[in-house]
Amino acid sequence: MKKFLLTLAVACATTAMAQNDMGNITGNLESTFQYLRNDPLIDANQPPEKALINSYANIFYTKGKFSAGARVESYLPRIQGYPDRFDGTGIGFRYIGYKTDFIDLTIGNFYEQFGSGMIFRSYEQRALGYDNAMDGIRLKLNPYKGIRIKGFWGKQRLSFTDGRIINSAGLVRGFDGEMHVNQTFEKLKDFPIDIMIGAQFVSKYQEDDNDQLILPENVGAYGGRIGLRYKGFYLNGEYNIKENDPSSDNGYIYNNGHAALINFGYSRKGLGIVLSAKSTDNMSFRSDRTKDLQDALINFLPPTNKTHTYNLVATLYPYATQLLGEVGYQADIIYTVPKKSKIGGKYGMPININYSIINGSVQSGDGVSGQDSTQRLRPYSNTPFATSTSNYWHDFNVQIKRKFNKKFYAIGSYYNILINNDVIKVTDDAKGKINSHIGVLEMGYKINRKHSLRAEFQALFVNDVYDKATGQEVAQDKGNWATALIEYTISPNWFVSVMDQYNYGNPTEANRIHYIVGSVGYVKGATRIMGTYGRQRAGLFCVGGVCRFVPASNGLTVTLTQSF
Amino acid sequence: MRKAGIGFLAFALVFAITSFTFTSDEGGTKSLPSVDIQNVKGEAFNTLDIANHEGPVIISFWATWCSPCKRELNTIAELYTDWQEETGVELYAVSIDDERTKSRVEPYINAQGWEYNILLDSNFDFKRAMGVNNVPHTFIVMDGKIVYSHNNYAPGDEDALYDKLLELTADAE
Repeated sequence: MKKFLLTLAVACATTAMAQNDMGNITGNLESTFQYLRNDPLIDANQPPEKALINSYANIFYTKGKFSAGARVESYLPRIQGYPDRFDGTGIGFRYIGYKTDFIDLTIGNFYEQFGSGMIFRSYEQRALGYDNAMDGIRLKLNPYKGIRIKGFWGKQRLSFTDGRIINSAGLVRGFDGEMHVNQTFEKLKDFPIDIMIGAQFVSKYQEDDNDQLILPENVGAYGGRIGLRYKGFYLNGEYNIKENDPSSDNGYIYNNGHAALINFGYSRKGLGIVLSAKSTDNMSFRSDRTKDLQDALINFLPPTNKTHTYNLVATLYPYATQLLGEVGYQADIIYTVPKKSKIGGKYGMPININYSIINGSVQSGDGVSGQDSTQRLRPYSNTPFATSTSNYWHDFNVQIKRKFNKKFYAIGSYYNILINNDVIKVTDDAKGKINSHIGVLEMGYKINRKHSLRAEFQALFVNDVYDKATGQEVAQDKGNWATALIEYTISPNWFVSVMDQYNYGNPTEANRIHYIVGSVGYVKGATRIMGTYGRQRAGLFCVGGVCRFVPASNGLTVTLTQSF
Repeated sequence: MRKAGIGFLAFALVFAITSFTFTSDEGGTKSLPSVDIQNVKGEAFNTLDIANHEGPVIISFWATWCSPCKRELNTIAELYTDWQEETGVELYAVSIDDERTKSRVEPYINAQGWEYNILLDSNFDFKRAMGVNNVPHTFIVMDGKIVYSHNNYAPGDEDALYDKLLELTADAE
């Protein structure tokens, strides 16, 4: 480690002095500062330090076939909502690599993904404090046209304490091979169907330290995948099996797990269609069987629903993948009404219709239980795509965009989102299913070459439920919301925005609060500074289906990002 | 020793950044990194191949869930043919959609009628190597060197991008 740092530092310093012939440096800096106040109305507390700061610097050095990189990170202390064991300043990621057309070797930390990631994905999602970087060795080979082989061996980052990386208990190893058939076999070069095939294998090792159960110390997961393309059509499929993996997530049962994903798409100019189906059961796969939440996950199970961006739609009732099992379907259609038609106008009018539904997987009770139950319990059996009647989620949404002239556009959207709060716990204030209807109108107006105005108006309505205590119908969760946002930009340097989220329909009158936030940002090239002041409500903050709970806050946040 | 190492690294970092600030005004000291990602067909694509194009190349990092990214690329789409004729520019739109939304990328671009080169960076390898913090982030590459970098999008930013393209192609002539 010491030597590594020294080598890297020397390399960086010397490179900086004579970059043209001494290699190449890229990287970025990010720092988030918060000054928080007490706000009893929304349960926001001032931390004892009053101010919090997270900072990161990535630096990557390459020269010819050689590369090295590191990330310095610092939590003094961590900003709100981050895992509470992140503290101190130190090196959170470092590696040395060597790469030619044939071989790519990395020692140290790396991120990697096999296929769709359903048995292995190592990645960073900094906004969530999520980072399961591998620490070990990775080898990638391109032995022949169209063939790619990858292998790795290592531990997984779990935490960052006192300025040091803490890896999780288990060891993770894997191999992956992929062949683009049409490239590999000369004869198939002009075959109309384009074919990719692949296979993936991942194994984890963790000592059996449980004196009641005989736990498998090595757990394997493996699968295959195929991708076909023909003219405007494509079809991708992947199927994985995870062998018995008793864990705190699944209640120490010995069932195998599975994860299957199928995507079918068709597109031509002006039209795109995607149909997806996913089935998973017992697929929590962690390098430490005792962990929960987002800790020590080896795999990533992609949720099959659209990622929304408008504030009320994205943050109030987001879906998080159920690791124990779910079956989901999604259909997405994008159609652009052609330009110069009566409806399409001068610019064409894109319409997007999207529907997704997610239910539980069938776990029928004819598994192995009984006398042997303390040792090898397999309480149920499961068939892929066997869908239970227990509905977790549905989302129907339509979006229409119309550009009226060079200066003005409008986007109208409607969403009906239903989330089963008994399964996907998003709030403490609701019972059963929350059924919400949301409407959003966005408008943009370009005042002149540099000045523009953009506004969003959003309204969310929830269903009522019967309240036993009062014998009355009351609104689910926190009731209805309305949001207004106005943004003014001066290209290419400035942006200013004000947003008011008003919880006007809260069943408790005292909680009908305005959450007002103002932001000012300055951008110059690859530098961005943004200040935000105001009230943020508590809630789940999600990126890509992975969520983190962020407590309510009131105060100032300043973010600085710099790329270089 | 460990602390000294960090100190030294921090020093090197600051030094490196400051020297970049000086050199970047002269433009183009930084090379395009070599990263293996995928094209929209799922085939391996090495990012150095971007530099094979003669003339300026725009690299724009985006995602199907990123509204400002889509505003930027939709705006440029209306100007793209003119830009290509005048400056010989090629645009690579690098999607950072992960497995959740990756399947929407191709249908989305076809439905919008974009004529860009599309690359998929679903585990953020190229994004990391280019030092991108958040999307949208737009670069211009000329002769394999990164000569322009801009984070964020506000209406009108496309004019600054276009001015830079004109400047670059005027230099070349």
